[in-house]
Amino acid sequence: MASNNNIFDPVKNLKEIEEKFEMVQILNENGEIVNSDLDPQLSDEELVELMSRMVFTRILDQRSISLNRQGRLGFYAPTAGQEASQIASHFALEKEDFILPGYRDVPQIIWHGLPLSKAFLWSRGHFVGGQIPEGVNVFPPQIIIGAQYVQAAGVALGMQKRGKKAVAVTYTGDGGSSQGDFYEGINFAGAYKSPAIFIVQNNQFAISTPRESQTSATTIAQKGIAAGIPSIQVDGMDPLAVYVATRDARKRAVAGEGPSVIETVCYRYGPHTMAGDDPTRYRTTDTDTEWEKKDPVVRFRKYLEAKGLWNESKEAEVIEQAKEDIKAAIKEADGVEKQKVTDLISIMHTDELPYNLKEQYEIYKEKESK
Amino acid sequence: MAQMTMIQAITDALRCELKEDENVLVFGEDVGVNGGVFRATEGLQKEFGVDRVFDTPLAESGIGGLAIGLSLQGFRPVPEIQFFGFVYEVMDSISGQMARMKYRTGGAFNAPVTIRSPFGGGVHTPEMHSDSLEGLVASQPGLKVVIPCTPYDAKGLLISSIRDNDPVIFLEHLKLYRSFREEVPEESYTIPLGKADVKREGTDLSIFAYGAMVHESLKAAEELEKEGHSVEVVDLRTVQPLDIETIIASVEKTNRAIVVQEAQKQAGIAANVVTEITERAILSLEAPVLRVTAPDTIYSYPQAEAVWLPNYKDVMATAKKVLTF
Repeated sequence: MASNNNIFDPVKNLKEIEEKFEMVQILNENGEIVNSDLDPQLSDEELVELMSRMVFTRILDQRSISLNRQGRLGFYAPTAGQEASQIASHFALEKEDFILPGYRDVPQIIWHGLPLSKAFLWSRGHFVGGQIPEGVNVFPPQIIIGAQYVQAAGVALGMQKRGKKAVAVTYTGDGGSSQGDFYEGINFAGAYKSPAIFIVQNNQFAISTPRESQTSATTIAQKGIAAGIPSIQVDGMDPLAVYVATRDARKRAVAGEGPSVIETVCYRYGPHTMAGDDPTRYRTTDTDTEWEKKDPVVRFRKYLEAKGLWNESKEAEVIEQAKEDIKAAIKEADGVEKQKVTDLISIMHTDELPYNLKEQYEIYKEKESK
Repeated sequence: MAQMTMIQAITDALRCELKEDENVLVFGEDVGVNGGVFRATEGLQKEFGVDRVFDTPLAESGIGGLAIGLSLQGFRPVPEIQFFGFVYEVMDSISGQMARMKYRTGGAFNAPVTIRSPFGGGVHTPEMHSDSLEGLVASQPGLKVVIPCTPYDAKGLLISSIRDNDPVIFLEHLKLYRSFREEVPEESYTIPLGKADVKREGTDLSIFAYGAMVHESLKAAEELEKEGHSVEVVDLRTVQPLDIETIIASVEKTNRAIVVQEAQKQAGIAANVVTEITERAILSLEAPVLRVTAPDTIYSYPQAEAVWLPNYKDVMATAKKVLTF
């Protein structure tokens, strides 16, 4: 009935809203600028640095999968395919910005200053992996999907209260946008107009559940409307689009204009995690091939090669460096002392240990001395 | 010194800490201009400004996340959960996140958060307002759980909780907010967390209680004295960690004990106290340690509180069982 009414047509309203969330792209699959108005005009050095980081991260993923298979790493959530989404968004940040990553967002915190060896220790399950060096503004990867979002609202409010010109940046996936904490996080940041950037990496699947099964909303970006904050959907396989969206969100945030939601439409080539997930059960090779054509590393390579900024030997150099760094980091991780129960007890409290832990500390100390 | 109700003592503690440490932030649903649904934060926003004392959207999980995030920026958050029955909405932020902050970062970060929340029966609240859920949080490594029962204790314990560098759950019994006044020093003072308080000395039986049950136990002790029994009443004050030293010293003196809680038998922390006593002082016991608790049903409908909630008569009956075992 209502939809036939010219004055009030909720179906039309919805369509009109959804049409506003068209995916923004700057660099197409062939590495051509298709939206020159939005071109961030990065310097040659910046472009090369961004490419180097993306290539490094692709290698890191390949090596991590292989080290995991050899039993030399533990929990690992593959990142291949998401380099533009992860690395180009990070590239738009400053050192003072605080990152609250999800479990797949290890690359961002590595580029923000977390030593590679600690990232590997985190994968293995060693407390030293969570010991973020002072001055590196990151939190360890969050396992509880959505929790990083409400926490980001708090970090952003804290920055606002401290008068910092910095932002809190957090990441979740498409499945994560169904969580209550997702809404509460963006809504709190909106209500306080605090400097937060909420990135949703829509990689099409939450384990086996396709993005369409999460929500009827045609974009995840439009969920920003519920919080009354600006939001945008970008081609998450396009480093320039991701970079521009993040840079602009950051600009608005530090200018006191509040938070933003960025949906990056991307794809993970690998399984959900290395803990036995088999994507062939829920994904066709056709889909994989289709997304492989969109590969962010490939299209950025084409773009830079056309500009004469990149070639095979440069790429080989980065790959070589990545392999060396990874080898050294694994060696460093191997050298870290095994964990004892007394270590775990010691990191429970800042102040004096409560009686129960004091007692248990003595018991385990005795046990460990034998 | 001033005569204060428990709620006034709580406001006073918050005022002391807001004054003392500029990192202290008080926030929650209606704690700002409204001064809290129970007036616990009355006047604080006016005195310290909206930057220090502020309202939040209506979402407990978001409040928990806000507290964690503010901790990461060096603040000392004192959020309020309007009623502790709403804690389920924020269990992850409390147990899954802030309790683990120190541990999961190998000591790199900590969460000096004090969550204030009212609970407790006897005032005919609607559903999910009065439930005793301290047992849930007491079972989470990384948390301390404090439950005062007097204005004096409330102020000293709240100041200690706020100054503690790790998360503390500070539970305020609704029935005790304004039930009596007590002399409370106007200046700042602390009471160590994890320390029980012998509210009444005795030699025949130890009663371990907390929250509103301390007063029921004191009343029962008075009645029992008339019948010739000397009863010691120990207020646990902190239910996690327990003050083992005080508990065991009392049991070794009286050789008989009961544990009194308002929570259901399968909930609360009474079972922990019994276990600690049997592990450490079984040879001192002349009778089993019995518990006074609510029945294992969902929290009572308001009109059934009088028959459902444990009271001094239940304490007396159980005390006599143990005294005559």
